Amino acid sequence: MNTTSIRRAIVPGIAVLALALSGCGASNDSGSDSDSDSGSNSGGEKLSGTLNGGGSSAQESAMGVWRAGFQSANEGVTVNYDPVGSGTGRENFISKAYSFAGSDSALSTDEGELDSAKERCGGEDPIEVPAYVSPIAVVYNLEGVDELNLSPSTIAGIFDDKITTWNDPAIAEDNPDADLPDTTITPVHRSDDSGTTKNFTDYLAKAADGAWSYDADSIWPKQGGEAAEQTSGMVATVKGGDGTIGYADESQAGGLGIAAIGVGEEFNKPSAEGAALVLASSPRTEGRADVDMAIDIDRTITESGAYPLLLASYLLACQHYDDANEAALVKGFLAYAVSEEGQQAAAEQAGSAPLDSELADEAAGVVDKIAVK
Amino acid sequence: MSATTEAEPQASPPRARGDRIFAGLSRGAGIAILVALAAVFVFLAIEGVPGISKPASNYRPLDSFVPYVGRLLFGTIFAGLIALVIAVPFALGIALFISHYAPRALAAPVAYVIDLLAAVPSVVFGLWGARVLGHYLVPAHRWLDDHLGFIPFFKGPASVTGKTVLTAGVVLAIMILPIITAICREIFAQAPRLNEEAALALGATKWEMVRLSVFPYARSGMVSAIMLGLGRALGETMAVAMVISASPVYTLNMISNTNPATIASNIASSFAEATPDKLAVLIATGLVLFVFTFGVNFAARAIVTRSERKFER
Repeated sequence: MNTTSIRRAIVPGIAVLALALSGCGASNDSGSDSDSDSGSNSGGEKLSGTLNGGGSSAQESAMGVWRAGFQSANEGVTVNYDPVGSGTGRENFISKAYSFAGSDSALSTDEGELDSAKERCGGEDPIEVPAYVSPIAVVYNLEGVDELNLSPSTIAGIFDDKITTWNDPAIAEDNPDADLPDTTITPVHRSDDSGTTKNFTDYLAKAADGAWSYDADSIWPKQGGEAAEQTSGMVATVKGGDGTIGYADESQAGGLGIAAIGVGEEFNKPSAEGAALVLASSPRTEGRADVDMAIDIDRTITESGAYPLLLASYLLACQHYDDANEAALVKGFLAYAVSEEGQQAAAEQAGSAPLDSELADEAAGVVDKIAVK
Repeated sequence: MSATTEAEPQASPPRARGDRIFAGLSRGAGIAILVALAAVFVFLAIEGVPGISKPASNYRPLDSFVPYVGRLLFGTIFAGLIALVIAVPFALGIALFISHYAPRALAAPVAYVIDLLAAVPSVVFGLWGARVLGHYLVPAHRWLDDHLGFIPFFKGPASVTGKTVLTAGVVLAIMILPIITAICREIFAQAPRLNEEAALALGATKWEMVRLSVFPYARSGMVSAIMLGLGRALGETMAVAMVISASPVYTLNMISNTNPATIASNIASSFAEATPDKLAVLIATGLVLFVFTFGVNFAARAIVTRSERKFER
């Protein structure tokens, strides 16, 4: 054997060696958590298989946390979540392409989604549990102003281009002690289709006493004005200008001024407890089954400490599945997502607000009903 | 002597096997490109034509396809034109500099650096444009608003973040500059040297020589280069999506915070949350862009061919 043929064998040899070693490494990692009882199924049996779901992109980071937790507790399980958007997620759930879906809004009745979902679930009501709650912060960048109170009608006036400077009497009324400059206000909205926009416009439509004349919409209803792509673009745009104001997920609003919004007589900043309080106090949507926890968020709540400007995202599933393994996987995964451990993990790593104990218990009870047909 | 000794009909030139293979490969490559182009058009047509007549909620905040795509097409053309107006003089100047004016030692490094610009990913241009360039152009926007505010293009009020179609045009200009420069400098270098020397011998200055003996020969190539640059500008997606603060409006105002989106940037923004119906609408806008770019290229070629025919006469 001459040196040329040895040299030729080196590169492929190294490649094969690397592949073999990485294969060994992967199986070693996942073998260590089998003694923890995090997220494993109640029967103590090993779950395995692939679980397919998708939908809301707002839930994407929380889903990553839940997948990591669930997969590490149940080796042999692969959970796939495709953040294609809530609308497509619901459609794919109805068409049985997904076993479960994440959606920023509950299945709607006026477009027949609820009926189609009932059909998909073999004539039974589909399960909808709130799993991801994220407060939406009104963020602003104004030099010299660190604290800002804004009542809902003032916010509506600002974003409707009716209030154009920071020292407008309406804002001064909410902030009697603040020294407001006469900088022009530049409201920033999201240019893309967004659940955050939908919840923000819903809040303005319901809480602003008629100052906001548009319907709730996931695409910004006004034409014109500064627009930004995605939450990261929104935060960067508000940071990049003086006198800008926008709305973004509270977990991503670091470094920006956050306004306290008017709730009843007080002004409250975004908080996990405030959001959980609103969800717990809000009525359920009319005409839904017990397993369908669709909530009509009460944006006009006046309870102390409440923060009604929030995004609540649901997990959709069926009560019964044809395949036993599919049922077990959906049940196990959803149970993990709404469990205290799953909610805490999501709060820490994805910045969501954990469900309060009542809602979490109810959700866990609903998920427990999932079984094979 | 009989002039009618009939020679055998002239045999075709000798064709070795290498010739046939090369000819076949070339023809195959040409056909493959045409097939690929046709396949793209077929895909756009099949998936996109249903998008023209979807329920009105898919065209929010407008009502139907034509106003929806009209504003997008306007934005695409507007941003592309701004980019061309900025980039073409620079590109032609740089190309001329490299081919005719620069000392030999300087030409190669300058060419190299310009080509490096083409290697920067468009996402990076988008990030830079949105975070850095927009910021730095805010004083320029304000100056334009204050001093040239009577022109409809600069009506203002000036944007405070600089994320306007003007900034997007500048970013696009930087992106298409290397394409136009690279092609043009090769073309200028190919101008017949005898003509150049003849012009100089007749007493022309260097600029007159370039105008008389380089540009006429380079015209077709320059138009190709500009069309390639324009094609890139019209189709540029991420850079524009990140820079522009977009709304569905028709406006000539370049410096305000209300700017038209382009077709490509709209597809990029709306793709992630698009239902299958909305996806068909987006593909339909892509089809409109495809047809439009095709038409522009066709028109440009026709103009060049006609002017060349005039030139040859």
